[in-house]
Amino acid sequence: MNLSRKWLSEFVSVDANDRDFAEAMTLSGSKVEGTEDLGAEINNVVVGKVLSMERHPDSDHMWVCQIDIGAEEPVQIVTGAWNVHVGDMVPVAKHKSTLPGGVKIEKGKLRGVASCGMLCGLSELGLDERDFPYAAITAAALLNDYKPLDPEKPSIPADIEAGHKVFGPVVAAKVESVENAGVNLWKVAVNDGASTAEIVTPCVNLHVGDMVAYNTKSATICTLADLHAQQAEFPHCIADGIFILHEEGIACGDDLKPIINADDHVVEFEITPNRPDCLSVIGLAREAAATFNAELTLHTPVVKGGAEGSLVELLDVETPDPELCPRYTARMVRNVKIAPSPKWMRERLRSMGVRPINNIVDITNYVMLEYGQPMHAFDYRYVKGGKIIVRRAEEGEELTTLDGNLRKLTRDHLVIADDTRAVGLAGIMGGLNSEIVDDTVDVVFESATFDGTCIRKGALALGMRTEASAKFEKGLDPLNTLPAVDRACELVEMLGAGEVLDGVIDILNYVPQPTVLPLEYDRINALLGTDVAPAEMRRILEKLGFTLDGDMVTVPSWRGDVKAMADLAEEVARFFGYNNIPCTLQRGETTQGGYSDVQVVENRIGAFCRTCGFNEIITYSFISPTYYDKIRWDEKDSRRESFKILNPLGEDTSIMRTTTLPSMLEILNRNYNYRNKNVKLYELGRIYLKGGEDGLAIEKKVLSLGAYGDDMDFYAMKGVVESVLQDLRIENVRFLPCNDNPSYHPGRCATVWVGEENLGVFGQIHPLVSRNYGVDAEFYCTELSFEKLFALKGADPIYQPLPKFPAV
Amino acid sequence: MKQQLEAIRAAALEAILAADDAEGLDALRVKYLGKKGELTAVLKQMGGLSAEERPVMGQLANSVRADLEKAVEEQSAILAEKALQRRLVEEAVDVTIPGKKAEVGHKHPMYVALDELKEIFIGMGFTILDGPEVELAVNNFDRLNAEEGHPSRDWSDTFYFDTDSRVMLRSQTSPMQVRAMDTMELPIRIVAPGRVYRKDEVDATHSPMFHQVEGMVIDKGVTMADLKGTLNTVVRKLYGENTVTRFRPHHFPFTEPSCEMDVQCHKCGGVGCPTCKGEGWIELLGAGMIHPRVLEMSGIDPTVYTGWAFGMGLERMAMRRFKIADLRLIFENDVRFLSQF
Repeated sequence: MNLSRKWLSEFVSVDANDRDFAEAMTLSGSKVEGTEDLGAEINNVVVGKVLSMERHPDSDHMWVCQIDIGAEEPVQIVTGAWNVHVGDMVPVAKHKSTLPGGVKIEKGKLRGVASCGMLCGLSELGLDERDFPYAAITAAALLNDYKPLDPEKPSIPADIEAGHKVFGPVVAAKVESVENAGVNLWKVAVNDGASTAEIVTPCVNLHVGDMVAYNTKSATICTLADLHAQQAEFPHCIADGIFILHEEGIACGDDLKPIINADDHVVEFEITPNRPDCLSVIGLAREAAATFNAELTLHTPVVKGGAEGSLVELLDVETPDPELCPRYTARMVRNVKIAPSPKWMRERLRSMGVRPINNIVDITNYVMLEYGQPMHAFDYRYVKGGKIIVRRAEEGEELTTLDGNLRKLTRDHLVIADDTRAVGLAGIMGGLNSEIVDDTVDVVFESATFDGTCIRKGALALGMRTEASAKFEKGLDPLNTLPAVDRACELVEMLGAGEVLDGVIDILNYVPQPTVLPLEYDRINALLGTDVAPAEMRRILEKLGFTLDGDMVTVPSWRGDVKAMADLAEEVARFFGYNNIPCTLQRGETTQGGYSDVQVVENRIGAFCRTCGFNEIITYSFISPTYYDKIRWDEKDSRRESFKILNPLGEDTSIMRTTTLPSMLEILNRNYNYRNKNVKLYELGRIYLKGGEDGLAIEKKVLSLGAYGDDMDFYAMKGVVESVLQDLRIENVRFLPCNDNPSYHPGRCATVWVGEENLGVFGQIHPLVSRNYGVDAEFYCTELSFEKLFALKGADPIYQPLPKFPAV
Repeated sequence: MKQQLEAIRAAALEAILAADDAEGLDALRVKYLGKKGELTAVLKQMGGLSAEERPVMGQLANSVRADLEKAVEEQSAILAEKALQRRLVEEAVDVTIPGKKAEVGHKHPMYVALDELKEIFIGMGFTILDGPEVELAVNNFDRLNAEEGHPSRDWSDTFYFDTDSRVMLRSQTSPMQVRAMDTMELPIRIVAPGRVYRKDEVDATHSPMFHQVEGMVIDKGVTMADLKGTLNTVVRKLYGENTVTRFRPHHFPFTEPSCEMDVQCHKCGGVGCPTCKGEGWIELLGAGMIHPRVLEMSGIDPTVYTGWAFGMGLERMAMRRFKIADLRLIFENDVRFLSQF
C-alpha cells in the first residue's frame, strides 16, 4: 500500500521527515517498507518563458532560445526540439541541475553556441502523457526535414518549392506566420505559391520559414501519417519535444517540483491481513494520528443531488445470495461528461501508483484509495432492464472482463448481472460490456461488500488478483459503503462531471452488531507485564476510534479484528510501545530441559560420522517418482507406494521419498560432476511410509552414507559401518552377502543383521544405477535404519580390569 | 720392554685421538688392546723378565692399558656425539611443507547454527521436540486459529495429499505447539526445529522445503515482558552481549499481541546499508502471546495460563551467521561448501 504524504496531510498533520515517520509508523504496527521522495532527483529546475528564438547558425534543426527564468538577465539555451515558440512557458534545467536517472545538466556549447542549461521534455522529468495529457504532441511532417530513404530516388525533390504538388490535393507550402490560438492550437499562414491561407492546426512544430505539405482540399497540414511516410524520412518530426506548461498562476523562476507534484513523498506500507482498514488513506491517517498523538480531521461527504429522474424507477437491485453480499449500496449519476480528471486528482492517483484514466473511473479509484472501499462504475445503458442482480455465476457462464480477457465462470464466482447477462465479476473486475466509455451518459456507482472467501477463491481460480479483490478478501467494513458512494458523488459534483440523482439504493443483508468488550485493565497489564495506567489505555483506544462507556468498549465497525481482551491488549501495547514493555526472565516452576534419548543417539551418530570423515548433507524429502526407476526398483515394488502431493511444484518434488538412496546419489553425482575428489557424505534423513495414524505418514529416520574416491572400496565402507555399530556398542553383528538388491552390485553388497533384525544394507552401487546417473565411478552407499540402531544400542561400558602384563 | 710399552702408548693414543669413526676406533682397540693386540703381544714377553722387573713392568703395562681404554672410551663418546649431530642435521625436515590432513567431516552449517540455538534453550530449561512433517491441516491451521478461508491454506501456498485438504506437508513448525499442548504436562517449555514446506519456487532466498524452529512457553503468569526478556537473552547469546534488538507489532493468527523481533544491523549499526536494505534493522523472528483461542482449543484455560511462542527461519539464520549469500548453496551440498564449516 502506497501512501501520498500530501494526501495524508489532508487528514492529519504530521511534522516528521520520512525516516522518522517510517520508524514511528513501523513501531506502532504499520510496517514501512520504504519511502520515496518523488522529487529527490530533480533539483534546480524552474519555470522559464521563451523570449526569443533563432535558428542555430550551424544546424538544420536546433534553435537558440533566450529564456526568462526570473533572474535579472535571460539565459541562452540551445534546444533541438521543434515544438517551442516564443511566449511558451517551459521547464528549464539550469546550469548545475539534476534530473531523474542521475542526469546532471551543466552549461556547455552545442555546435559552437553557448547553452546555459536545458529545456526539458516530459520523459526527462520522469513523467508521461498520462500525467499531463495536454502535453501530447502532434507534429507536422516538415518538408525541410525530409531525408529520402534511397538518396537515388527521393519521393520529394530537394529543391521543392511552394506550390509544387506532392500528391493529389497536397502541395508544398511555406509557413509565413505562426500565432498561438490556445492550448496546442496554432493559427498558421501558409503560402502554396499562389495564395496565402490561414488555418488553425494542432501541429506544434511549425515556425516561420518551414516548408509543409498542405492539403488544399481539407485545408490541413499533413502529418507523417497523412503522407504515409516513415519516421526515418522525417527524422525530427517526432511526437516528442519540450513540455510546454499550461498551468495556472506559474511565473518565471518558480520551482518546477510543486507544479509536477515532485514535492510529494510516498511511503510504502506492508499492511498485515488483519487490517484491511489500513489499506486506505483514512485508515493510515487514523494510525498516524494515534502514533503522533495528532488531531485526525475527517470529512463528511455532502451531495447536492437534484438530477432529473427517480432512482427507484431507474434501478432495481436484487441479492439472491445474501450471505455472499452483506451490503450493496448504489447511486446514479446522469448527464456525465467523460473527461480527464483534474490535475490534483491525477497527481494523487499517480503518487499512490494508480494510472489516471478518466474522471469517472478516476473517482472510483480515488474513493477506493481514500476510504479503502472498492467501487465500480457501470454504464447504465448496458444494464438491461434497469436491474442489477448480485448472483452466483452459472456453470460455464462467460464474461469478458475490463482487461479484455474472456473468463469462464463457475458456480463459485459471484457476478453482477442485469436481467440478461453478467456485467461484472463482483469484487474483482468489471465487465467490458458495461465499461465507462467516452460517450457514457448515465453511470451507476456500486459500493458493496462481498464475502471475502468467495472473492478470494474466485480471483484465485481465475488467476486475477486485483486491488479490489485483495481488499474484499480480507473482509471489509459494511458500514463504509455509504460514505464511500456519497464521497464519489460529491467528487462528481466537485469536478462537474455529471448530475447526481437523489437517493441511494442500499440493501442490507446483515444485522450490524458492534462488538462490546469489558476493558480489563488488570488483565491487560498482566498479559503484557506492564503497568499502563487505565487513563492511558482509554486515551489510546479513543484515539483509534473505540468508544468507551464506563469500562465497556465498543469496537469500531472497521476493526473486525478486535474480538477479545488480547486484541485490546495489542492496541494498548502498540501505542504504549512494544519497546517500552520491560524485559523480564522466566519465572515460575522450573523445567528440566535437554535432549531426549533418541536425540542424544542422533547427535552421537552424527558426530561419529564426521569423525570418520563424512560431511553432513541436507536433501529434499520430496523426490520424483522416476527416481525409483533410476535406482532400478521393480515397477511392482511395494516400496514405491509413496505419499503423493496433489499440487506439487513440479514432478521432481512430487512424492515423499520412501528411501534416502536417490537423494544421496543425486548429491554424490553432483559432487562428482563438480570434480570433487574423495567425497564422503552422510545424512540422518527421513523417509515417509504409508500407514500412519490418522492417515499420516510413518516417518522413519535412515542413516544414509555415500562415498566415492581413491580411498573408498567395499571394505572401506564396511569398516565405517562396523565402526558406527561398534560406537553404538551393538553386538553380535552379522554381515550376509546380498545379491538381490537391484540398486547395489550383486557381488559387492551386504546386509547387516543382529539376530533376526535386518539393520540395513551397504555396498557398491550397481553399475546400471551409476549409468542411470551418467557416472562411471564406483559409488558406495549405506542405508541403516536409525530406529533399529537406536533399539539395539548397547549398554554403557563397564570397566574391565587391565591385564598385569604388557601386551605380547 | 719399557720403551716398547711407552712407544705403544704414544702411538696408540695418537691413533685413537685421530680416529674419526666408530669402526676405525674399534679397529684401533683391537689392534692395541685385543687378544692378539700389540699390548698383549708385549705382555707375553713378561715371562722373560726378572722377578724385580716383572711387577714394575706389570704396573706400567696396566697403566698403558688403562690409558688406552680410557682414551678409546672418550673418543667413542665424542664420535657418538658427532654421529648424533650429523644424523639430526640429516633428518631435518622442511616445516613449511603442509602436514598430512587428518580427514574429518563437517556438520552442515544450518545444523551448526541450529545446535547453537538448541544449546542456549536447553540451558534455559527447554525440551527439544521433534514431530511429523506430513501433518493434519487441523494441527497446522485450525487449531492455530487459521480458519477455513485463511489464505495460507490455499492450494497455491500449501502442499496437500488429499482433495479434502486434510493431510498436508506442514507449512510451519507451529503444529508442534498443538502437539506439545496435547501430550505434555504444564508448564511447557519447548523448542521444536524441523522441516517445513511451502509452494515457493527455488531462488536465492526461497525453497519449497526449508527449516524453522518453534519455541513455546506456557505457564501461570507468563507475560509479554517474559517473551521479550527471554528472546533478548537468547539473541545476545547468539550474536553477542551488545546486540541491540527491537520489537515491532505484527500479525499472526495464533498469537495476540503479535510481534516481530529485529536486530540492529551489525554492518552499519542502524544507520542503514545494503545489508539491511537501508532499514538499519534485520528481521529475525516472529513471536507473540499465544492466542487465548489456541489455548482454549487445546483445553487450557486462558484465564489461568498464558504463554508465548516464537518461530524463526533457520536457513536465514545460518545464512546470516556465515554470510552465505544464496539459499541454494544450503541444499546443493557441494563438499567445497560443506567443508568450510
